[in-house]
Amino acid sequence: MARVVVDVMLKPEILDPQGKAVHGALPRLGFDGITGVRQGKRFELELDGALTSARLAEIHEIAEKLLSNPVIEDFEVHVAEVEA
Amino acid sequence: MRIGVVTFPGSLDDVDASRAVGLAGAEAVPLWHGDHDLRGVDAVVLPGGFSYGDYLRCGAISRFSPVMTEVVAAAGRGMPVLGICNGFQVLCESHLLPGALIRNDHQRFICRDQRLRIENNLTPWTTGYAQDVEITVVLKNGEGSYVADGRTLDRLEGEGRVVARYVGVNPNGSLRDIAGITNERGNVVGLMPHPEHAVEDLTGPGTDGLRFFTSVLAAALV
Repeated sequence: MARVVVDVMLKPEILDPQGKAVHGALPRLGFDGITGVRQGKRFELELDGALTSARLAEIHEIAEKLLSNPVIEDFEVHVAEVEA
Repeated sequence: MRIGVVTFPGSLDDVDASRAVGLAGAEAVPLWHGDHDLRGVDAVVLPGGFSYGDYLRCGAISRFSPVMTEVVAAAGRGMPVLGICNGFQVLCESHLLPGALIRNDHQRFICRDQRLRIENNLTPWTTGYAQDVEITVVLKNGEGSYVADGRTLDRLEGEGRVVARYVGVNPNGSLRDIAGITNERGNVVGLMPHPEHAVEDLTGPGTDGLRFFTSVLAAALV
């Protein structure tokens, strides 16, 4: 059993209107001093069996093929939990 | 001529697209996202809507539907393919067209009669238009902002692959006012505005959109 997290973020040069809208709401709520907000996506993948390097490579493939669009997004893979 | 119109779960404009195909004088053939063949059609339209609920990214899940495997293969053989709105998003996600469509820069869904300039009348979908003619069709999108890196944009413009550009107002923040593009071969066209909603005076801003569908018919008869 393992849990692997894939974080997907818009590339820095891509405009993020949702992040901008969230940022715009902060001063209205009385929160100052936040200079920017970028919104992304977090995927948690539950794995059956041991986390081998081959499985991890497969998750990179999933992240690249489906979870992110490499034209506009970057992704990072973290191993969150490994149960021996 | 038989033109396939694909219905994905969540497609919205498949019926209007089929109607436009019929008004142009071709036979519309309904295709289902789960189909493993294109039923012998001569061209394919991917209609607008919210396929798979726009989950993950617009068009991202549709890309992996069985019918898209067939559409990608047929496009590679030169079959004319037109993706409108969500269909354009599916074409980008399928890598049949470069770039991507992201949320409108102003955050709001927009629905308006939109002026466009047809800048490439050599594709099978645009031969019926005069070069640089301005037309008005319906535009309605939430994620219609076309983006690509600078090199890709320069290449698209340098090779004459910008098919349509917004005139007057840029409704969604699309880079360089791009409303529609084509692939290298010129048979695949993606368009954010909706020509299929501008084919009858009764229900649209005019009939400027009809020529997308009559063009492909004429191209097939040549």
